[in-house]
Amino acid sequence: MSVDRATVRRIARLARLAVTEAEEARLEKEVSGILDWVAQLDEIDTSTVPPMTRVASMTMKMRKDEVTDGFYAADILKNAPEVDDGYFVVPKIVE
Amino acid sequence: MSKLTELTIAEARERLRKKSFSSRELAEAHIAAIAEANAALNAYVLPTPERALKMAETSDARLAKGEAGTLEGIPLGIKDLFCTKGVRTTACSHILDGFTPTYESTVTANLWAQGAVMLGKLNNDEFAMGSSNETSYYGPVVNPWRRKGSNARLVPGGSSGGSSAAVAARLCMGATATDTGGSIRQPAAVTGTVGIKPTYGRCSRFGIVAFASSLDQAGPIARTVEDAAILLSAMASHDPKDTTSVDLPVPDFAAAVGKGVRGLTIGIPREYRAPGMAPEIEALWQQGVEWLKSAGANIKEVSLPHTKYALPSYYIVAPAEASSNLARYDGVRYGLREKGADVIAMYEKTRAAGFGAEVKRRILIGTYVLSAGYYDAYYLKAQKVRTLIKRDFDAAFETVDAILTPTTPGPAFALGEKSGDPLEMYLNDIFTVTVNMAGLPGMSVPAGLSSEGTPLGLQLIGKAFDEETLFRAGRVIEEAAGPLAKPHDWWSKAA
Repeated sequence: MSVDRATVRRIARLARLAVTEAEEARLEKEVSGILDWVAQLDEIDTSTVPPMTRVASMTMKMRKDEVTDGFYAADILKNAPEVDDGYFVVPKIVE
Repeated sequence: MSKLTELTIAEARERLRKKSFSSRELAEAHIAAIAEANAALNAYVLPTPERALKMAETSDARLAKGEAGTLEGIPLGIKDLFCTKGVRTTACSHILDGFTPTYESTVTANLWAQGAVMLGKLNNDEFAMGSSNETSYYGPVVNPWRRKGSNARLVPGGSSGGSSAAVAARLCMGATATDTGGSIRQPAAVTGTVGIKPTYGRCSRFGIVAFASSLDQAGPIARTVEDAAILLSAMASHDPKDTTSVDLPVPDFAAAVGKGVRGLTIGIPREYRAPGMAPEIEALWQQGVEWLKSAGANIKEVSLPHTKYALPSYYIVAPAEASSNLARYDGVRYGLREKGADVIAMYEKTRAAGFGAEVKRRILIGTYVLSAGYYDAYYLKAQKVRTLIKRDFDAAFETVDAILTPTTPGPAFALGEKSGDPLEMYLNDIFTVTVNMAGLPGMSVPAGLSSEGTPLGLQLIGKAFDEETLFRAGRVIEEAAGPLAKPHDWWSKAA
Protein backbone atom coordinates (compact mmCIF):
# COMPACT_ATOMS: atom_id res chain seq x y z
CA MET A 1 0.00 0.00 0.00
CA SER A 2 1.50 3.35 -1.00
CA VAL A 3 -0.78 5.21 1.40
CA ASP A 4 -1.91 4.08 4.84
CA ARG A 5 -5.01 4.96 6.82
CA ALA A 6 -3.31 7.86 8.62
CA THR A 7 -2.22 9.39 5.30
CA VAL A 8 -5.76 9.15 3.93
CA ARG A 9 -6.97 10.96 7.04
CA ARG A 10 -4.28 13.63 6.67
CA ILE A 11 -4.95 14.37 3.00
CA ALA A 12 -8.71 14.33 3.57
CA ARG A 13 -8.13 16.98 6.22
CA LEU A 14 -5.95 18.99 3.81
CA ALA A 15 -8.69 18.69 1.18
CA ARG A 16 -11.35 19.78 3.72
CA LEU A 17 -13.29 16.59 3.15
CA ALA A 18 -14.96 14.76 6.04
CA VAL A 19 -14.60 11.00 5.48
CA THR A 20 -16.24 8.18 7.40
CA GLU A 21 -14.26 5.15 8.61
CA ALA A 22 -15.80 3.02 5.87
CA GLU A 23 -14.73 5.59 3.28
CA GLU A 24 -11.22 5.73 4.75
CA ALA A 25 -10.86 1.98 4.30
CA ARG A 26 -12.09 2.08 0.72
CA LEU A 27 -10.01 5.13 -0.20
CA GLU A 28 -6.85 3.63 1.31
CA LYS A 29 -7.21 0.72 -1.09
CA GLU A 30 -8.28 2.72 -4.14
CA VAL A 31 -5.81 5.59 -3.81
CA SER A 32 -2.98 3.10 -3.20
CA GLY A 33 -4.03 1.12 -6.26
CA ILE A 34 -3.97 4.20 -8.46
CA LEU A 35 -0.64 5.46 -7.07
CA ASP A 36 0.94 2.01 -7.54
CA TRP A 37 -0.25 2.06 -11.14
CA VAL A 38 1.12 5.55 -11.89
CA ALA A 39 4.48 4.47 -10.42
CA GLN A 40 5.26 2.94 -13.84
CA LEU A 41 6.31 6.48 -14.82
CA ASP A 42 9.52 5.82 -12.86
CA GLU A 43 10.63 3.64 -15.80
CA ILE A 44 11.29 6.82 -17.81
CA ASP A 45 14.36 8.96 -17.21
CA THR A 46 13.11 12.55 -17.26
CA SER A 47 16.17 14.15 -15.63
CA THR A 48 16.91 16.27 -18.71
CA VAL A 49 13.32 16.84 -19.85
CA PRO A 50 11.66 20.21 -19.19
CA PRO A 51 8.12 20.07 -17.80
CA MET A 52 5.36 21.08 -20.17
CA THR A 53 4.03 24.49 -19.23
CA ARG A 54 1.81 25.16 -22.21
CA VAL A 55 0.61 23.07 -25.11
CA ALA A 56 1.04 25.63 -27.88
CA SER A 57 3.93 28.03 -28.01
CA MET A 58 2.55 31.48 -27.43
CA THR A 59 3.59 34.41 -25.33
CA MET A 60 1.55 35.25 -22.29
CA LYS A 61 -1.00 37.86 -23.18
CA MET A 62 -1.02 41.09 -21.23
CA ARG A 63 -3.86 43.52 -20.93
CA LYS A 64 -3.90 47.16 -19.92
CA ASP A 65 -4.00 47.65 -16.18
CA GLU A 66 -7.47 49.13 -16.18
CA VAL A 67 -10.61 48.44 -14.19
CA THR A 68 -12.96 46.80 -16.70
CA ASP A 69 -15.17 44.77 -14.41
CA GLY A 70 -17.09 45.03 -11.16
CA PHE A 71 -19.93 46.90 -9.47
CA TYR A 72 -22.36 43.98 -9.36
CA ALA A 73 -22.21 42.86 -5.76
CA ALA A 74 -25.81 41.68 -5.89
CA ASP A 75 -24.95 39.24 -8.70
CA ILE A 76 -22.01 37.88 -6.75
CA LEU A 77 -24.11 37.31 -3.64
CA LYS A 78 -27.10 35.94 -5.53
CA ASN A 79 -26.21 32.26 -5.17
CA ALA A 80 -24.79 32.36 -1.65
CA PRO A 81 -26.40 30.08 0.96
CA GLU A 82 -26.39 32.88 3.55
CA VAL A 83 -25.88 36.64 3.13
CA ASP A 84 -26.39 39.66 5.33
CA ASP A 85 -26.20 43.31 4.33
CA GLY A 86 -24.01 42.70 1.30
CA TYR A 87 -21.72 40.15 2.99
CA PHE A 88 -21.29 36.37 2.87
CA VAL A 89 -22.10 34.84 6.24
CA VAL A 90 -19.90 32.04 7.65
CA PRO A 91 -19.75 30.39 11.08
CA LYS A 92 -17.88 32.41 13.71
CA ILE A 93 -14.10 32.22 13.17
CA VAL A 94 -12.64 34.52 15.85
CA GLU A 95 -13.79 34.15 19.44
CA MET B 1 -41.83 15.55 -45.33
CA SER B 2 -39.56 13.52 -43.11
CA LYS B 3 -39.66 14.15 -39.37
CA LEU B 4 -38.04 17.49 -38.55
CA THR B 5 -35.90 15.90 -35.85
CA GLU B 6 -34.25 13.65 -38.46
CA LEU B 7 -32.74 16.55 -40.39
CA THR B 8 -29.09 17.46 -40.18
CA ILE B 9 -28.13 20.99 -39.17
CA ALA B 10 -27.00 21.72 -42.74
CA GLU B 11 -30.38 20.58 -44.15
CA ALA B 12 -32.47 22.37 -41.52
CA ARG B 13 -30.53 25.59 -42.02
CA GLU B 14 -31.24 25.47 -45.75
CA ARG B 15 -34.93 24.77 -45.30
CA LEU B 16 -35.39 27.39 -42.60
CA ARG B 17 -34.03 29.95 -45.01
CA LYS B 18 -36.43 28.72 -47.70
CA LYS B 19 -39.27 28.97 -45.12
CA SER B 20 -40.20 25.28 -45.61
CA PHE B 21 -40.93 25.37 -41.88
CA SER B 22 -40.35 27.82 -39.04
CA SER B 23 -37.81 27.77 -36.21
CA ARG B 24 -40.75 27.51 -33.87
CA GLU B 25 -41.97 24.31 -35.58
CA LEU B 26 -38.45 22.89 -35.45
CA ALA B 27 -38.15 23.72 -31.74
CA GLU B 28 -41.61 22.25 -31.03
CA ALA B 29 -40.68 18.97 -32.74
CA HIS B 30 -37.64 18.64 -30.49
CA ILE B 31 -39.49 19.70 -27.33
CA ALA B 32 -42.06 16.97 -28.04
CA ALA B 33 -39.30 14.39 -28.63
CA ILE B 34 -37.65 15.28 -25.32
CA ALA B 35 -40.95 14.98 -23.44
CA GLU B 36 -41.42 11.51 -24.95
CA ALA B 37 -37.91 10.26 -24.32
CA ASN B 38 -36.40 11.81 -21.25
CA ALA B 39 -37.96 9.49 -18.69
CA ALA B 40 -36.24 6.53 -20.38
CA LEU B 41 -32.93 8.13 -21.44
CA ASN B 42 -32.34 10.82 -18.76
CA ALA B 43 -30.30 12.82 -21.26
CA TYR B 44 -31.57 16.22 -20.11
CA VAL B 45 -31.25 17.29 -16.48
CA LEU B 46 -33.18 20.50 -17.21
CA PRO B 47 -35.25 20.91 -20.38
CA THR B 48 -35.98 24.61 -21.08
CA PRO B 49 -38.94 24.51 -23.50
CA GLU B 50 -40.23 28.06 -22.79
CA ARG B 51 -36.81 29.53 -23.43
CA ALA B 52 -36.47 27.44 -26.59
CA LEU B 53 -39.75 28.72 -27.99
CA LYS B 54 -38.85 32.32 -27.18
CA MET B 55 -35.47 31.98 -28.85
CA ALA B 56 -37.09 30.26 -31.86
CA GLU B 57 -39.52 33.15 -32.27
CA THR B 58 -36.63 35.60 -32.26
CA SER B 59 -34.96 33.43 -34.91
CA ASP B 60 -38.10 33.45 -37.04
CA ALA B 61 -38.13 37.24 -36.88
CA ARG B 62 -34.47 37.40 -37.89
CA LEU B 63 -35.01 34.92 -40.71
CA ALA B 64 -37.94 37.00 -41.97
CA LYS B 65 -35.70 40.07 -42.04
CA GLY B 66 -32.89 38.18 -43.79
CA GLU B 67 -30.58 38.66 -40.80
CA ALA B 68 -29.97 34.97 -40.06
CA GLY B 69 -26.84 33.85 -38.21
CA THR B 70 -24.99 30.67 -39.16
CA LEU B 71 -27.10 28.65 -36.67
CA GLU B 72 -30.33 30.62 -36.88
CA GLY B 73 -33.18 28.59 -35.42
CA ILE B 74 -31.10 25.42 -34.85
CA PRO B 75 -32.10 23.70 -31.57
CA LEU B 76 -29.14 22.54 -29.49
CA GLY B 77 -28.57 20.83 -26.15
CA ILE B 78 -26.03 22.30 -23.73
CA LYS B 79 -23.88 20.18 -21.44
CA ASP B 80 -24.52 21.17 -17.83
CA LEU B 81 -20.86 22.19 -17.49
CA PHE B 82 -21.52 25.40 -19.47
CA CYS B 83 -22.76 28.34 -17.42
CA THR B 84 -26.01 29.68 -18.86
CA LYS B 85 -27.26 33.00 -17.54
CA GLY B 86 -30.42 32.58 -15.51
CA VAL B 87 -30.57 28.81 -16.15
CA ARG B 88 -29.48 26.36 -13.44
CA THR B 89 -25.98 24.98 -14.00
CA THR B 90 -24.71 22.27 -11.65
CA ALA B 91 -22.03 20.25 -13.48
CA CYS B 92 -24.38 17.45 -12.30
CA SER B 93 -22.99 17.74 -8.78
CA HIS B 94 -25.02 18.00 -5.57
CA ILE B 95 -22.56 20.65 -4.35
CA LEU B 96 -23.82 23.10 -7.00
CA ASP B 97 -27.47 22.61 -6.05
CA GLY B 98 -29.59 25.39 -7.45
CA PHE B 99 -26.64 27.40 -8.80
CA THR B 100 -28.00 29.87 -11.33
CA PRO B 101 -25.21 31.73 -13.11
CA THR B 102 -25.45 35.48 -13.55
CA TYR B 103 -23.21 35.26 -16.60
CA GLU B 104 -22.96 33.23 -19.82
CA SER B 105 -20.07 31.03 -20.97
CA THR B 106 -18.30 32.43 -24.02
CA VAL B 107 -18.97 29.28 -26.07
CA THR B 108 -22.73 29.39 -25.50
CA ALA B 109 -22.81 33.17 -25.97
CA ASN B 110 -21.15 32.62 -29.37
CA LEU B 111 -23.84 30.05 -30.28
CA TRP B 112 -26.71 32.34 -29.26
CA ALA B 113 -25.12 35.20 -31.22
CA GLN B 114 -25.39 32.98 -34.31
CA GLY B 115 -29.07 32.32 -33.62
CA ALA B 116 -28.95 28.85 -32.02
CA VAL B 117 -31.87 27.82 -29.79
CA MET B 118 -31.34 26.23 -26.37
CA LEU B 119 -33.45 23.13 -25.66
CA GLY B 120 -32.03 22.54 -22.20
CA LYS B 121 -29.12 21.39 -20.07
CA LEU B 122 -27.67 17.94 -20.70
CA ASN B 123 -26.57 15.34 -18.19
CA ASN B 124 -22.87 14.55 -17.67
CA ASP B 125 -20.61 12.77 -15.21
CA GLU B 126 -20.22 14.83 -12.03
CA PHE B 127 -17.73 17.62 -12.83
CA ALA B 128 -17.04 15.66 -16.07
CA MET B 129 -15.24 12.96 -14.08
CA GLY B 130 -16.18 9.64 -15.61
CA SER B 131 -16.30 7.63 -18.82
CA SER B 132 -19.85 6.28 -18.66
CA ASN B 133 -22.07 9.07 -17.29
CA GLU B 134 -22.71 6.94 -14.20
CA THR B 135 -21.31 9.46 -11.70
CA SER B 136 -23.95 12.16 -12.31
CA TYR B 137 -25.88 13.30 -9.23
CA TYR B 138 -28.97 13.16 -11.47
CA GLY B 139 -28.51 9.49 -12.31
CA PRO B 140 -27.05 7.72 -15.34
CA VAL B 141 -27.93 8.44 -18.96
CA VAL B 142 -29.04 5.48 -21.06
CA ASN B 143 -27.61 4.93 -24.53
CA PRO B 144 -30.36 4.85 -27.20
CA TRP B 145 -28.49 1.91 -28.76
CA ARG B 146 -29.10 -1.63 -27.52
CA ARG B 147 -27.28 -4.87 -28.18
CA LYS B 148 -28.89 -7.18 -30.73
CA GLY B 149 -31.60 -9.24 -29.03
CA SER B 150 -31.09 -7.63 -25.63
CA ASN B 151 -32.90 -5.02 -23.57
CA ALA B 152 -29.90 -4.39 -21.29
CA ARG B 153 -29.37 -0.69 -20.67
CA LEU B 154 -26.02 0.46 -22.09
CA VAL B 155 -23.96 3.50 -21.09
CA PRO B 156 -23.70 6.41 -23.58
CA GLY B 157 -20.03 7.01 -22.74
CA GLY B 158 -18.83 9.90 -20.65
CA SER B 159 -18.44 12.42 -19.47
CA SER B 160 -20.58 14.03 -22.22
CA GLY B 161 -23.12 11.17 -22.10
CA GLY B 162 -26.19 13.42 -22.13
CA SER B 163 -24.81 15.15 -25.22
CA SER B 164 -24.06 11.93 -27.10
CA ALA B 165 -27.35 10.23 -26.17
CA ALA B 166 -29.46 13.32 -27.01
CA VAL B 167 -27.82 13.72 -30.42
CA ALA B 168 -28.14 10.00 -31.23
CA ALA B 169 -31.79 9.86 -30.11
CA ARG B 170 -32.73 13.00 -32.09
CA LEU B 171 -33.45 15.03 -28.96
CA CYS B 172 -31.38 17.93 -30.37
CA MET B 173 -29.61 18.63 -33.68
CA GLY B 174 -26.24 19.02 -32.02
CA ALA B 175 -24.83 19.52 -28.55
CA THR B 176 -21.99 21.22 -26.75
CA ALA B 177 -19.60 18.94 -24.91
CA THR B 178 -16.23 19.13 -23.18
CA ASP B 179 -13.21 16.84 -23.35
CA THR B 180 -10.49 16.54 -20.70
CA GLY B 181 -9.35 12.97 -21.42
CA GLY B 182 -11.77 11.77 -24.09
CA SER B 183 -15.15 13.05 -22.89
CA ILE B 184 -16.30 14.20 -26.35
CA ARG B 185 -14.76 11.50 -28.54
CA GLN B 186 -15.45 8.42 -26.40
CA PRO B 187 -19.22 9.10 -25.97
CA ALA B 188 -19.48 10.01 -29.66
CA ALA B 189 -17.89 6.68 -30.61
CA VAL B 190 -20.27 4.53 -28.56
CA THR B 191 -23.41 6.34 -29.76
CA GLY B 192 -22.62 6.51 -33.48
CA THR B 193 -22.17 10.30 -33.47
CA VAL B 194 -19.39 12.66 -34.54
CA GLY B 195 -17.40 14.46 -31.84
CA ILE B 196 -14.42 16.76 -32.13
CA LYS B 197 -12.16 18.08 -29.41
CA PRO B 198 -10.41 21.02 -31.02
CA THR B 199 -6.87 22.14 -30.25
CA TYR B 200 -6.39 23.44 -26.71
CA GLY B 201 -7.02 27.18 -26.94
CA ARG B 202 -9.42 27.05 -29.90
CA CYS B 203 -12.52 27.52 -27.71
CA SER B 204 -12.66 29.81 -24.71
CA ARG B 205 -12.95 28.08 -21.34
CA PHE B 206 -14.63 31.12 -19.78
CA GLY B 207 -17.81 30.10 -18.00
CA ILE B 208 -17.20 26.35 -18.31
CA VAL B 209 -17.06 24.66 -14.90
CA ALA B 210 -13.35 23.86 -14.55
CA PHE B 211 -12.09 20.30 -14.13
CA ALA B 212 -8.41 20.20 -15.22
CA SER B 213 -7.56 23.57 -16.71
CA SER B 214 -4.54 22.55 -18.80
CA LEU B 215 -6.57 19.78 -20.48
CA ASP B 216 -10.20 20.98 -20.65
CA GLN B 217 -11.50 21.96 -24.06
CA ALA B 218 -15.00 22.45 -25.45
CA GLY B 219 -16.26 21.00 -28.72
CA PRO B 220 -19.44 19.80 -30.44
CA ILE B 221 -21.18 16.43 -30.83
CA ALA B 222 -23.34 16.15 -33.95
CA ARG B 223 -24.74 13.56 -36.36
CA THR B 224 -22.52 14.38 -39.33
CA VAL B 225 -18.98 15.64 -39.90
CA GLU B 226 -20.36 18.69 -41.69
CA ASP B 227 -22.66 19.55 -38.76
CA ALA B 228 -19.74 19.25 -36.33
CA ALA B 229 -17.77 21.63 -38.56
CA ILE B 230 -20.63 24.18 -38.64
CA LEU B 231 -20.95 24.04 -34.86
CA LEU B 232 -17.22 24.31 -34.15
CA SER B 233 -16.86 27.42 -36.33
CA ALA B 234 -19.57 29.06 -34.22
CA MET B 235 -18.20 27.90 -30.84
CA ALA B 236 -14.55 28.87 -31.35
CA SER B 237 -13.26 32.37 -30.73
CA HIS B 238 -10.43 34.35 -29.24
CA ASP B 239 -11.57 35.53 -25.84
CA PRO B 240 -9.76 38.06 -23.65
CA LYS B 241 -11.52 36.43 -20.66
CA ASP B 242 -9.45 33.23 -21.16
CA THR B 243 -5.72 33.88 -21.46
CA THR B 244 -5.19 30.40 -22.95
CA SER B 245 -7.58 31.04 -25.84
CA VAL B 246 -5.57 31.73 -28.98
CA ASP B 247 -5.63 34.83 -31.08
CA LEU B 248 -6.00 33.04 -34.43
CA PRO B 249 -8.70 33.47 -37.06
CA VAL B 250 -11.41 30.78 -36.87
CA PRO B 251 -11.63 29.00 -40.24
CA ASP B 252 -14.91 28.14 -41.93
CA PHE B 253 -14.49 24.47 -41.04
CA ALA B 254 -17.47 23.39 -43.15
CA ALA B 255 -15.60 24.58 -46.25
CA ALA B 256 -12.90 21.97 -45.56
CA VAL B 257 -15.31 19.04 -45.25
CA GLY B 258 -15.56 18.07 -48.93
CA LYS B 259 -11.90 18.50 -49.84
CA GLY B 260 -10.94 14.83 -49.66
CA VAL B 261 -7.63 13.27 -48.63
CA ARG B 262 -5.87 12.82 -51.97
CA GLY B 263 -2.16 13.38 -51.45
CA LEU B 264 -2.39 13.52 -47.64
CA THR B 265 -0.29 11.15 -45.55
CA ILE B 266 -2.06 9.41 -42.68
CA GLY B 267 0.01 7.94 -39.85
CA ILE B 268 -0.75 4.65 -38.13
CA PRO B 269 0.91 4.54 -34.69
CA ARG B 270 2.27 1.08 -33.95
CA GLU B 271 2.07 1.55 -30.17
CA TYR B 272 -1.73 1.73 -30.33
CA ARG B 273 -1.80 -1.89 -31.49
CA ALA B 274 -1.91 -2.87 -27.84
CA PRO B 275 -1.71 -6.54 -26.94
CA GLY B 276 -5.20 -7.79 -26.22
CA MET B 277 -6.85 -5.40 -28.65
CA ALA B 278 -10.28 -6.77 -29.57
CA PRO B 279 -10.13 -8.34 -33.06
CA GLU B 280 -13.15 -6.35 -34.23
CA ILE B 281 -11.47 -3.09 -33.19
CA GLU B 282 -8.32 -4.13 -35.04
CA ALA B 283 -10.42 -5.00 -38.12
CA LEU B 284 -12.28 -1.67 -37.97
CA TRP B 285 -8.98 0.19 -37.81
CA GLN B 286 -7.67 -1.72 -40.83
CA GLN B 287 -10.91 -0.94 -42.65
CA GLY B 288 -10.33 2.76 -41.93
CA VAL B 289 -6.84 2.50 -43.41
CA GLU B 290 -8.27 0.92 -46.58
CA TRP B 291 -10.95 3.60 -46.91
CA LEU B 292 -8.42 6.42 -46.66
CA LYS B 293 -6.07 4.63 -49.05
CA SER B 294 -8.75 4.19 -51.68
CA ALA B 295 -9.61 7.89 -51.34
CA GLY B 296 -6.04 8.70 -52.35
CA ALA B 297 -4.22 9.08 -49.02
CA ASN B 298 -0.77 7.66 -48.39
CA ILE B 299 -0.47 5.48 -45.31
CA LYS B 300 2.66 5.46 -43.17
CA GLU B 301 3.46 3.67 -39.94
CA VAL B 302 4.62 6.05 -37.20
CA SER B 303 5.91 5.56 -33.68
CA LEU B 304 4.63 7.30 -30.55
CA PRO B 305 6.87 5.56 -28.01
CA HIS B 306 5.48 7.19 -24.85
CA THR B 307 1.85 6.25 -25.54
CA LYS B 308 1.63 3.81 -22.63
CA TYR B 309 2.60 6.53 -20.17
CA ALA B 310 -0.16 8.94 -21.21
CA LEU B 311 -2.90 7.46 -19.03
CA PRO B 312 -0.83 7.17 -15.82
CA SER B 313 0.52 10.72 -16.21
CA TYR B 314 -3.02 11.93 -16.95
CA TYR B 315 -4.15 10.44 -13.63
CA ILE B 316 -1.66 12.71 -11.88
CA VAL B 317 -2.20 15.92 -13.85
CA ALA B 318 -6.01 15.77 -14.02
CA PRO B 319 -6.69 15.03 -10.32
CA ALA B 320 -4.03 17.56 -9.24
CA GLU B 321 -5.66 20.35 -11.23
CA ALA B 322 -9.13 19.15 -10.19
CA SER B 323 -8.27 19.24 -6.48
CA SER B 324 -7.15 22.82 -6.93
CA ASN B 325 -10.13 23.88 -9.06
CA LEU B 326 -12.67 22.22 -6.77
CA ALA B 327 -11.29 23.98 -3.68
CA ARG B 328 -13.73 26.79 -4.47
CA TYR B 329 -16.74 24.67 -3.43
CA ASP B 330 -16.75 25.59 0.24
CA GLY B 331 -20.39 26.29 1.05
CA VAL B 332 -19.81 30.03 1.25
CA ARG B 333 -20.39 31.60 -2.15
CA TYR B 334 -22.77 29.23 -3.95
CA GLY B 335 -24.44 25.87 -3.87
CA LEU B 336 -24.84 23.50 -0.96
CA ARG B 337 -24.01 24.32 2.66
CA GLU B 338 -24.07 21.83 5.53
CA LYS B 339 -23.99 23.12 9.09
CA GLY B 340 -20.83 22.73 11.16
CA ALA B 341 -19.70 23.76 14.63
CA ASP B 342 -16.98 25.97 13.16
CA VAL B 343 -15.97 27.11 9.71
CA ILE B 344 -13.65 24.12 9.05
CA ALA B 345 -16.35 21.65 10.06
CA MET B 346 -18.77 23.50 7.78
CA TYR B 347 -16.33 23.14 4.84
CA GLU B 348 -15.67 19.47 5.57
CA LYS B 349 -19.31 18.51 5.96
CA THR B 350 -20.44 20.52 2.94
CA ARG B 351 -17.80 18.91 0.72
CA ALA B 352 -18.47 15.44 2.13
CA ALA B 353 -22.18 15.75 1.38
CA GLY B 354 -21.80 17.58 -1.91
CA PHE B 355 -19.23 15.51 -3.80
CA GLY B 356 -19.77 11.98 -5.10
CA ALA B 357 -17.38 9.05 -4.67
CA GLU B 358 -15.40 9.50 -7.92
CA VAL B 359 -14.91 13.23 -7.31
CA LYS B 360 -13.74 12.59 -3.74
CA ARG B 361 -11.29 9.96 -4.98
CA ARG B 362 -9.78 12.40 -7.47
CA ILE B 363 -9.64 15.27 -4.98
CA LEU B 364 -7.72 13.03 -2.59
CA ILE B 365 -5.29 11.80 -5.24
CA GLY B 366 -4.76 15.37 -6.41
CA THR B 367 -4.24 16.67 -2.89
CA TYR B 368 -1.76 13.88 -2.20
CA VAL B 369 0.36 14.41 -5.33
CA LEU B 370 0.50 18.15 -4.70
CA SER B 371 1.21 17.85 -0.96
CA ALA B 372 4.55 18.90 0.52
CA GLY B 373 7.40 16.63 -0.56
CA TYR B 374 5.49 14.90 -3.36
CA TYR B 375 5.16 17.65 -5.98
CA ASP B 376 8.41 16.77 -7.83
CA ALA B 377 7.81 13.03 -7.74
CA TYR B 378 4.31 13.26 -9.17
CA TYR B 379 3.06 16.48 -10.75
CA LEU B 380 6.42 17.69 -12.07
CA LYS B 381 7.26 14.19 -13.29
CA ALA B 382 3.91 13.94 -15.09
CA GLN B 383 4.40 17.33 -16.75
CA LYS B 384 7.81 16.14 -17.98
CA VAL B 385 6.21 13.01 -19.41
CA ARG B 386 3.76 15.31 -21.18
CA THR B 387 6.69 16.98 -22.90
CA LEU B 388 7.82 13.54 -24.12
CA ILE B 389 4.32 12.70 -25.37
CA LYS B 390 4.18 16.03 -27.20
CA ARG B 391 7.62 15.42 -28.74
CA ASP B 392 6.46 12.02 -30.01
CA PHE B 393 3.60 13.74 -31.86
CA ASP B 394 5.85 16.55 -33.13
CA ALA B 395 8.20 13.97 -34.65
CA ALA B 396 5.34 12.01 -36.22
CA PHE B 397 3.80 15.16 -37.71
CA GLU B 398 7.04 15.88 -39.54
CA THR B 399 6.10 13.08 -41.92
CA VAL B 400 2.31 12.73 -41.67
CA ASP B 401 -0.70 15.09 -41.89
CA ALA B 402 -2.98 13.26 -39.48
CA ILE B 403 -3.04 10.06 -37.43
CA LEU B 404 -5.71 7.33 -37.44
CA THR B 405 -6.51 5.17 -34.39
CA PRO B 406 -9.55 3.47 -32.87
CA THR B 407 -11.48 5.79 -30.50
CA THR B 408 -12.30 3.24 -27.82
CA PRO B 409 -11.11 -0.24 -26.83
CA GLY B 410 -14.64 -1.59 -27.32
CA PRO B 411 -18.33 -0.77 -27.82
CA ALA B 412 -20.74 0.55 -25.17
CA PHE B 413 -20.91 -1.59 -22.05
CA ALA B 414 -23.88 -2.11 -19.74
CA LEU B 415 -24.76 0.12 -16.81
CA GLY B 416 -22.94 -1.06 -13.69
CA GLU B 417 -20.65 -3.38 -15.65
CA LYS B 418 -17.44 -1.44 -14.98
CA SER B 419 -18.25 0.75 -12.02
CA GLY B 420 -16.62 -1.54 -9.44
CA ASP B 421 -13.00 -0.79 -10.29
CA PRO B 422 -11.84 2.79 -11.00
CA LEU B 423 -8.77 1.63 -12.93
CA GLU B 424 -10.84 -0.51 -15.28
CA MET B 425 -13.06 2.50 -15.97
CA TYR B 426 -10.03 4.75 -16.63
CA LEU B 427 -8.80 2.36 -19.36
CA ASN B 428 -11.73 3.40 -21.59
CA ASP B 429 -9.79 6.58 -22.35
CA ILE B 430 -6.56 4.83 -23.35
CA PHE B 431 -6.71 5.93 -27.02
CA THR B 432 -8.06 9.44 -26.42
CA VAL B 433 -6.08 10.78 -23.47
CA THR B 434 -2.76 11.25 -25.33
CA VAL B 435 -4.43 13.93 -27.44
CA ASN B 436 -5.35 16.03 -24.40
CA MET B 437 -1.90 15.60 -22.89
CA ALA B 438 -0.39 17.03 -26.09
CA GLY B 439 -3.13 19.67 -26.56
CA LEU B 440 -3.91 18.44 -30.10
CA PRO B 441 -7.22 18.24 -31.95
CA GLY B 442 -8.94 14.84 -32.13
CA MET B 443 -12.15 13.70 -33.76
CA SER B 444 -14.24 10.54 -33.52
CA VAL B 445 -16.22 9.46 -36.58
CA PRO B 446 -18.73 6.57 -36.68
CA ALA B 447 -17.15 3.75 -38.68
CA GLY B 448 -19.38 0.71 -38.23
CA LEU B 449 -21.16 -1.59 -35.83
CA SER B 450 -19.72 -4.09 -33.38
CA SER B 451 -20.65 -7.77 -33.38
CA GLU B 452 -23.22 -6.74 -30.73
CA GLY B 453 -24.84 -4.35 -33.22
CA THR B 454 -23.68 -1.19 -31.39
CA PRO B 455 -21.58 1.66 -32.83
CA LEU B 456 -17.80 1.92 -33.00
CA GLY B 457 -15.73 4.95 -33.94
CA LEU B 458 -12.37 5.79 -35.44
CA GLN B 459 -10.27 8.64 -34.14
CA LEU B 460 -8.32 11.13 -36.22
CA ILE B 461 -5.60 13.17 -34.52
CA GLY B 462 -4.28 16.35 -36.12
CA LYS B 463 -1.56 18.93 -35.82
CA ALA B 464 -2.20 21.84 -33.47
CA PHE B 465 -4.76 24.21 -35.03
CA ASP B 466 -5.22 21.99 -38.05
CA GLU B 467 -8.78 20.79 -37.40
CA GLU B 468 -9.46 21.24 -41.13
CA THR B 469 -7.49 18.11 -42.04
CA LEU B 470 -9.58 16.16 -39.51
CA PHE B 471 -12.80 17.38 -41.13
CA ARG B 472 -11.49 16.35 -44.56
CA ALA B 473 -10.44 12.87 -43.46
CA GLY B 474 -13.47 12.48 -41.19
CA ARG B 475 -15.79 13.10 -44.10
CA VAL B 476 -14.00 10.44 -46.17
CA ILE B 477 -14.50 7.85 -43.42
CA GLU B 478 -18.12 8.90 -42.91
CA GLU B 479 -18.81 8.55 -46.62
CA ALA B 480 -17.04 5.20 -46.94
CA ALA B 481 -18.73 3.75 -43.85
CA GLY B 482 -22.11 4.78 -45.24
CA PRO B 483 -25.04 5.88 -43.10
CA LEU B 484 -25.13 3.94 -39.85
CA ALA B 485 -28.40 2.17 -39.11
CA LYS B 486 -30.11 4.37 -36.55
CA PRO B 487 -31.09 3.08 -33.13
CA HIS B 488 -34.60 1.65 -33.04
CA ASP B 489 -36.88 3.96 -31.02
CA TRP B 490 -37.74 1.99 -27.86
CA TRP B 491 -37.52 5.03 -25.59
CA SER B 492 -40.52 7.14 -26.63
CA LYS B 493 -43.53 6.71 -24.37
CA ALA B 494 -45.67 6.21 -27.47
CA ALA B 495 -43.33 3.56 -28.95
